[in-house]
Amino acid sequence: MGQVVLKDINKFYDAVHAVIDVNLQIRDKEFVVFVGPSGCGKTTTLRMIAGLEAISSGDISIDGTVVNNLAPMDRDIAMVFQNYALYPHMSVYDNMAFGLKMRKFARPEIKKRVNEAADILGIGDLLKRKPRQLSGGQRQRVALGRAIVRHPRVFLFDEPLSNLDAKLRVQMRVELKKLHLRLGTTAVYVTHDQVEAMTLGDRVVVMKDGLVQQVGEPLDLYNQPANKFVAGFIGSPAMNFSTVTMADGNGRLTAKNSGFELEVPAAHGDRLRGHVGREVTIGIRPEDLHVATDADPVGLTFPSKVEVVEQLGSEILLDVRAGTDMMVAAVDPTVRAKVDEQLRLAVNPARIHFFDAKTEAAI
Amino acid sequence: MIEGALWRRWVFFYIPMALFLIFLLFPFYWMIITSVRPDGELYRPWNSINYNPFWTWKPTWDHFKYLFEETLFSAWLWNTMFIALVSTAISLVCGVFAGYALSRLNFPFAGSLGTGVFITYLVPQTLLFIPLAEMIRNYRLGDTPWSLILTYPTFLIPFCTWLMMGYFKAVPKELEECARIDGASRWQAMLYIIIPVAIPGILSAGIFAFTLSWNEFIYALVFLSSPEQKTVPVGVTSELIRGDVFFWGPLMAGALLGSIPVAIAYSFFVEHYVAGLTGSVKG
Repeated sequence: MGQVVLKDINKFYDAVHAVIDVNLQIRDKEFVVFVGPSGCGKTTTLRMIAGLEAISSGDISIDGTVVNNLAPMDRDIAMVFQNYALYPHMSVYDNMAFGLKMRKFARPEIKKRVNEAADILGIGDLLKRKPRQLSGGQRQRVALGRAIVRHPRVFLFDEPLSNLDAKLRVQMRVELKKLHLRLGTTAVYVTHDQVEAMTLGDRVVVMKDGLVQQVGEPLDLYNQPANKFVAGFIGSPAMNFSTVTMADGNGRLTAKNSGFELEVPAAHGDRLRGHVGREVTIGIRPEDLHVATDADPVGLTFPSKVEVVEQLGSEILLDVRAGTDMMVAAVDPTVRAKVDEQLRLAVNPARIHFFDAKTEAAI
Repeated sequence: MIEGALWRRWVFFYIPMALFLIFLLFPFYWMIITSVRPDGELYRPWNSINYNPFWTWKPTWDHFKYLFEETLFSAWLWNTMFIALVSTAISLVCGVFAGYALSRLNFPFAGSLGTGVFITYLVPQTLLFIPLAEMIRNYRLGDTPWSLILTYPTFLIPFCTWLMMGYFKAVPKELEECARIDGASRWQAMLYIIIPVAIPGILSAGIFAFTLSWNEFIYALVFLSSPEQKTVPVGVTSELIRGDVFFWGPLMAGALLGSIPVAIAYSFFVEHYVAGLTGSVKG
């Protein structure tokens, strides 16, 4: 079992309110990812679950037991740190065995578990080495191995992949996912990388300035972001935002600014009617823009001027100017666009997002 | 290394380096040559015909023999060694624990306490020996090795504490946190993880402390009076300079033998010692 419940968690550092009223139920066997920019309180939250940081108010419970005042060692958790935190004077074997030795496991059992973990991670031939004789990826595996030998109720990961190079990071990401599927242990994972969050998490918690912005499955966050911050944070390249004024022309709502005038799809109509005459923020993902053809209704297209063309191979990113706004469009790799070319772009009507200009909440 | 033409390397590297080395090593050379030079050559006036201050053709062990047979030099050596080792051990134990506590345990006034410890190190010995002499007399410790073993830590502990504080701060705190999640108590985490990682720092603190107490002069001069209790620096200077007569040969022999243990301590630990100074902790 490994069910973690956070109830009204707060953390103050002197005058700084680092974590504000976090409520979350992490189910058994679930992989939950905390994501957000640096300083958003995600690592602090993780450290409070670990018991490395005292909570200012609220309750943390694991499997129904409140653990607020339990020492880290008594919470039956294992943690993987960003810098691996391998004990530099111990061999890989001793690094992995340390937790079991401290818990007074019998020697044969320790040996069995270490070898088992080493097999899973493919580091069986490194057991006699010292951490400084290992590459970054190998150190990462040892750090993982040290966590899994203990068979804890919960794994805690604090940006474990951020010290690896890009290629290795992708590889380890897949391995982590496989490992989780194989072991089925509850995992709480902290990262600032939204791609990691989206690929690893069963559920993702987006945080900013100590507040939880949204909790949901990766695709829910992508398709129905709760506010402008989540919308901009999830997805790459980031969502395009521009400020528009809502206008009512003969019963048809339009979103208008200096660069374009878009017809608001009927599905959004009712929710937006109250905003007529006011400013709202419109959000369009780069991948929801394409070069307009005759099939596109005119009301859903707008003129733009290409400023930069980024050829990525699988797609082309066009940095365009529409009125005063800069936008990015991810278009088909067959599109041949030149710098300074005038281009009409079309929007996928089902995928336009609207946000309140003041509260930034989704409309 | 200086890059470029050969003359550049000579002018900017080899020659300045050679001058520096000569400047640094000449006193040792002088000490060695004087300690093996016969008395007849030592006291020859500078304007005599065969005056040759930098070399001798008739090296002799007489001064060393004199040192061991006519003076209590072996007792001084033993005293110095005993006092230096015991006071270093005491200071290291206290310094390691205090350094750990000041750098890792968050307790009120930790910062000002650390500064306070440093300030005690700044009080000059030439002032401190006056009250200390009073205490040594009251506890009837005068003229025993304990008078020094108990007073040397007054400057060694602050020194070790500060060195270890800096070193412990450089050890990533995740190591300790990881150990504590792994099931170690704070004490076990310190014993099994932090102290082994800090060994280079502990060794450098130990070497420095040993050197400081080995060479210490003023407390040894004040607190010890009978010749058989003296340490090398005090013994050599007080017994081999009588009035205005300098026994240069034995003096230099004594100085040479007195500096050997320190030299051994340095060269033996030099690898760890350098690592300790650069604080190389690999994570």
